[in-house]
Amino acid sequence: MIIAERKRFEEIRSMLAGYKKILVVGCGTCVTICWAGGEKEVGILASQLRLASNKVGDELTILEATVERQCEREMVEEVKDKVQQVEAIVSMACGVGVQTMADMFEGKPVFPALNTTFMGMPEGEGVWTEKCGGCGDCMLYWTGGICPVVRCAKGLLNGPCGGTRRGGKCEIDPEKDCAWVLIYRRLEKQGRLDLMRKYYEPKNYRAVKRPGKVQAMQA
Amino acid sequence: MARRFRETLTTKDFIVTAECGPVKGTNTGKMVEHIELLEDKVDGLNVTDNQSAVMRYPSLGTCLLVKEHGGEPILQITCRDRNRLAIQADLLFAYSRGIDNVLCLTGDSVDVGDHKEAKPVFDLDSVQLIHLVQSLNSGKDMVGNELDGGVDYCIGASATPSADPIEPQLIKLQKKIDAGVDFIQTQAVYDMDDLKRFMEYIHRMDGKVKILAGIVPVVGAKMAAYMNENVPGIFVPQYIIDELSQAPKGTGVSKGIEIAARMIRQIKEEKICDGVHIMFIGREERVPDILEAAGILS
Repeated sequence: MIIAERKRFEEIRSMLAGYKKILVVGCGTCVTICWAGGEKEVGILASQLRLASNKVGDELTILEATVERQCEREMVEEVKDKVQQVEAIVSMACGVGVQTMADMFEGKPVFPALNTTFMGMPEGEGVWTEKCGGCGDCMLYWTGGICPVVRCAKGLLNGPCGGTRRGGKCEIDPEKDCAWVLIYRRLEKQGRLDLMRKYYEPKNYRAVKRPGKVQAMQA
Repeated sequence: MARRFRETLTTKDFIVTAECGPVKGTNTGKMVEHIELLEDKVDGLNVTDNQSAVMRYPSLGTCLLVKEHGGEPILQITCRDRNRLAIQADLLFAYSRGIDNVLCLTGDSVDVGDHKEAKPVFDLDSVQLIHLVQSLNSGKDMVGNELDGGVDYCIGASATPSADPIEPQLIKLQKKIDAGVDFIQTQAVYDMDDLKRFMEYIHRMDGKVKILAGIVPVVGAKMAAYMNENVPGIFVPQYIIDELSQAPKGTGVSKGIEIAARMIRQIKEEKICDGVHIMFIGREERVPDILEAAGILS
């Protein structure tokens, strides 16, 4: 899923300076699961905005809504009426959701309340880690199901760098594992180390032509 | 005129290279002094490429200075700051100006340097970089287009004998050797048993590639402890730390030089590997003292 983090309140507030009627829209999918932009977080941000405006004596009208998936036009349609009542929209979705809203309501500014960080999974209570970079050329079949493109800090394809720390930790963060040590251990366990011994050519950065577009294959 | 490094590799019994760290700025005077001091005492001057991800005078420009002052430059190229087009263009330029040795490195992460917010490139890794140089050596660019005037680089790579675990590093090293390298320069080694064990692996992989052991003098017990804690791939054994801490105050540098010279002497006498690469960044002017103490300079 897509992982995101909420921006600092001061940054959100400064984006909204001058707007009196605001709609805060959450998303019920990925960012709900990673505690960044679901119904609960919409409520929290809306309350923070109200409190801050009361303090300085500003008259703010804040509406709230959460759609199931902010990246789908049909679902975003549901907030059309509320959008009509406001001057600006705060999207608490990932960057895709923000842009869906911005495209659909072109006449109104849409402000992102989150920073979209990566595609990943929950690792523990309130912790998510990056797993996929959407490179368009999946190589997980020869890396023991561990992606070196995003899990190696340098995205190396032929093994670890010389910076690996004792015990197989990453050069840039002793708390993080060296992806290539993980790959080595997994392939060794599976008796498939020959896969790691092969030479891999430089990555094809044309696998996804920016801006990316995918047409479903005919079965 | 300095002897070509490739020739030195095949003819000399014990090879010595030294690292040359570019200045942060344009005052190249001190670098030139170091180059002039060292060029006839070592077989090659190896110039770092934005070392530790700290922005500096370029490796390429410094190699030209080495060349102009009669030395034999070894151009370090990392994958961190340039994509495959820029790397190839730099290699064509360097060769056209008489630089024909290249050390292919991954490069330290931008996170450890002084431009932490920079976009790390890593379009290639070090193994792919060696293949790229081989392709240029064969008269073609890396995608197979003919070059109008080729190159003939002597190619080096790096290795980390004290890595833990060592196995993934050895798999990568084998790929570097298979890609075709003339020499391998190791990360700093202090424990001769680590180096001997590493050489056993090398002998099993390939007998021809020349191995230069990395020598970084440690000039104090605190520096040794810091390196063990913070410099990946480096392990200073306790007996060296003890020796340094017993040295009288103010004699750390000479003690460090003495220990480095002792290691070099042992490597040479026991023929553990083919030579050494001395990295004494910031104290390049003391490299001749190490060589003298090691019995290499007469």
